[in-house]
Amino acid sequence: MVIPLSWYLILAAALFSIGFFGVLARRNAVAVLMGVELMLNAVNINLLAFWRAIHPAELTGQIFAIFVLTVAAAEAAVGLALIISIYRSRRTIQVDALDLMKG
Amino acid sequence: MTPTFLNLAWLVPLPPLLAFFAIILFTNKNKRLSSNVAIGAILISWALAWLVAFAFFVQPEFIEHPFDVAVPWLPTGTTLFSMGVTVDAVTAGMLFMVGFVLAMIFIYSSGYMTFPGHLAAALNKDGLDPRYSRFFAYISLFATGMLGLVVANNLLMLFIFWEIMGLCSYLLIGFWYEKKYPDPKQITPKEAGLKAFLTTRVGDVLLMMGLIFLFIQAGDLNFQYIFAAETLHHLAEASVTLPLFGEVSWAVLISVLIFFGAIGKSAQFPLHVWLPDAMEGPTPVSALIHAATMVSAGVYLIVRMLPLFAADHHGENGAMTFVAFIGAFTAIFAATIALAQNDIKKVLAYSTISQLGYMFAALGIGAWVAAIFHLLTHAFFKALLFLGSGSVIHGVEHGHHHAHAHGHGHDDHDGHGHGAYFDPQNMLNMGGLLKRMPRTGWTFILGAASLSGFPLLTAGFWSKDEILADAFVNGHTLVFWTLAAAALLTAFYTFRAVFLTFFGQPRTEAAAHAPESVSAMTLPLMLLAIFAVAGGWVGIPSIFPGLGGLLNNPFGSLMKGQAEHYGLHAEEVFSSFALGVSLVVALGGIFLAWLVYGRRPLQTGQQDPVARLLGPVYTILQRKYYFDELYAATIVRFTKWLSQISFRFDDQWLIDPIVDGVGRFGRWLSGALRRFVDEPIIDGAVNGAGLVASAAGSALRLLQTGQAQNYLLVLLLTVLVLLGLAQFV
Repeated sequence: MVIPLSWYLILAAALFSIGFFGVLARRNAVAVLMGVELMLNAVNINLLAFWRAIHPAELTGQIFAIFVLTVAAAEAAVGLALIISIYRSRRTIQVDALDLMKG
Repeated sequence: MTPTFLNLAWLVPLPPLLAFFAIILFTNKNKRLSSNVAIGAILISWALAWLVAFAFFVQPEFIEHPFDVAVPWLPTGTTLFSMGVTVDAVTAGMLFMVGFVLAMIFIYSSGYMTFPGHLAAALNKDGLDPRYSRFFAYISLFATGMLGLVVANNLLMLFIFWEIMGLCSYLLIGFWYEKKYPDPKQITPKEAGLKAFLTTRVGDVLLMMGLIFLFIQAGDLNFQYIFAAETLHHLAEASVTLPLFGEVSWAVLISVLIFFGAIGKSAQFPLHVWLPDAMEGPTPVSALIHAATMVSAGVYLIVRMLPLFAADHHGENGAMTFVAFIGAFTAIFAATIALAQNDIKKVLAYSTISQLGYMFAALGIGAWVAAIFHLLTHAFFKALLFLGSGSVIHGVEHGHHHAHAHGHGHDDHDGHGHGAYFDPQNMLNMGGLLKRMPRTGWTFILGAASLSGFPLLTAGFWSKDEILADAFVNGHTLVFWTLAAAALLTAFYTFRAVFLTFFGQPRTEAAAHAPESVSAMTLPLMLLAIFAVAGGWVGIPSIFPGLGGLLNNPFGSLMKGQAEHYGLHAEEVFSSFALGVSLVVALGGIFLAWLVYGRRPLQTGQQDPVARLLGPVYTILQRKYYFDELYAATIVRFTKWLSQISFRFDDQWLIDPIVDGVGRFGRWLSGALRRFVDEPIIDGAVNGAGLVASAAGSALRLLQTGQAQNYLLVLLLTVLVLLGLAQFV
């Protein structure tokens, strides 16, 4: 049997919401970063699901997904580097403590 | 134009001007150098002046076409003032005299101003006057003024140079401005300078009015233009109605106004009061400015302008009569005052006023040639007499200094360190100086003889005789007898001065010790003496019995040609009656002076015999008819009152209150504006804008938590809201 498109979309939406919740609610910067990863991968699921359901003859969805993976890897590297740098200077990675831009 | 030395005329006034600037800008620290610069410049000017004068004398064709060159100067609307020089017979004669006299007096000054007895000059190591350089700068500027005045080709330039001379006269009269006298009533040099300046100003203002009228009526101030027949005709025909005088022609009105300028400058009655007091200046100044040149500039002006004076009714008009009256009256009036003066310079000053009156009287009766002749001869012998008197004063001050330096064992430099003030100019303090100062004495006597009109030999005789003959022959009987009486008085007071100064026994220690002056002073005296005697020989009338044919009157024929060119009558006249009167008054005056002062010389402390004879009249004469007191009580007082009123008007009554009121209103207005407009409205708007911005900022900064997760939450909510809107609206 073929799994219908809506299941994929529901899975991706759930995954996105969990990731977004992590980004909004977690106090640890590394966890926030992990939430971001979840959101990106939710998007990847969407991209692949739409590709398979609508234009299986073309490779656009897969190419997009690979791009997203690459960017996510780069983002994770930069994000971790920033977090390390912040930790070195402030001895904490609690997101709510990082309020230098407070007005 | 033929090439001629007359082209050099414009250069004549320049060297002294350059010397003036050189001295004040560069050399004033070095006194000797300054005097040498000034003397060098004046010698160049002298040479140029004589070159021009003789070039004219040998080229008589210039009489018909006077040399006249000009460059454009001031364009004024439709007209153009040009700046130029003119040379006619009058200019040539004046250049001859002025150049020479200036040079002589400059040289004399270099000796006179070295005198250590003046003021505190002896305190200077070099023995020169403390302001020696400045003196030479001033007289150089003066020389520019005089030479410029003589060569000027229009009245505007003439007026400018005229005023330059007025300024120099003021500066030089007050040259020893710190000098004070123990008698507070005696006028000080500072006051005398002011008096001279202000008195001449009265005449100058009227002169300027005359020039303005002339410019309006004639359209130009160039001499040759004014003297053209059509211009003169126009001025004589056009008439103007004046209050009190009725209808007069412009020619007469302008002439009278111009004559007032001459009255001021030449110290004629009623503006004569400044000249005697001008004697407070250094003696070379008295000789230069107040005898030979500046005061005769007034006569020169009338000589120049006489064609205008004579334009209406061929000379039989009010202007000419006025000139003759003022001249003749001043001649006799000043001569009587001179009788009773004891100050040697005052005697000469009044004599100058009197002789200038002679010249004006001659001009008033139309004796143009005779007036010029007397102007020139008078300059020579009066300069000689003044320089001689300077030499005498110099000698007496030296003698005083000498006597007291030895008698009291300390120096007396300023002449009043011994309780009693010693007046070195008072003739009663002199006597017997001929033996002590032979060169000064003999040259002075020659000058005095010339002034008295000593017959046949001296210059003064020939010029004075010519005026008398002219007056007699042309029927001006009143003028003739007035001038004859004045001549008698002149001879008397001149030789009174000679006898009091040079003959008898010394009446003071100072006179007994007076030394002869240095050669820088006596040399000019001797050169001037030559001209004071021989200068008259060129003007012996050719119809004079015996002597007339010897020289053939070169001066007279030259001036006669020039007079005819300007349309003036210039008949050579001779009258044996006038000659007889002339001989009698000259010799009679001298004889009377000998009778009174020469036969029994005055002793120390003795009263003047004339004072005994005249009694109270003598006092009136000595006080100069109380003119100074009269003017002080009327004009000076009125002017002071008027200025007081004007001051009150200005300071307390009208002008200042108005100005203060305007200021106060301005302050009130700005106060009101500040309180009611600026503070509530403008300031409120500006502050309000600031407050709003600030309040908005404070409210908005609450949103800026600095927490990225908050921002993200807002983002999420916004997206949800937008999505909701997109879905349901």
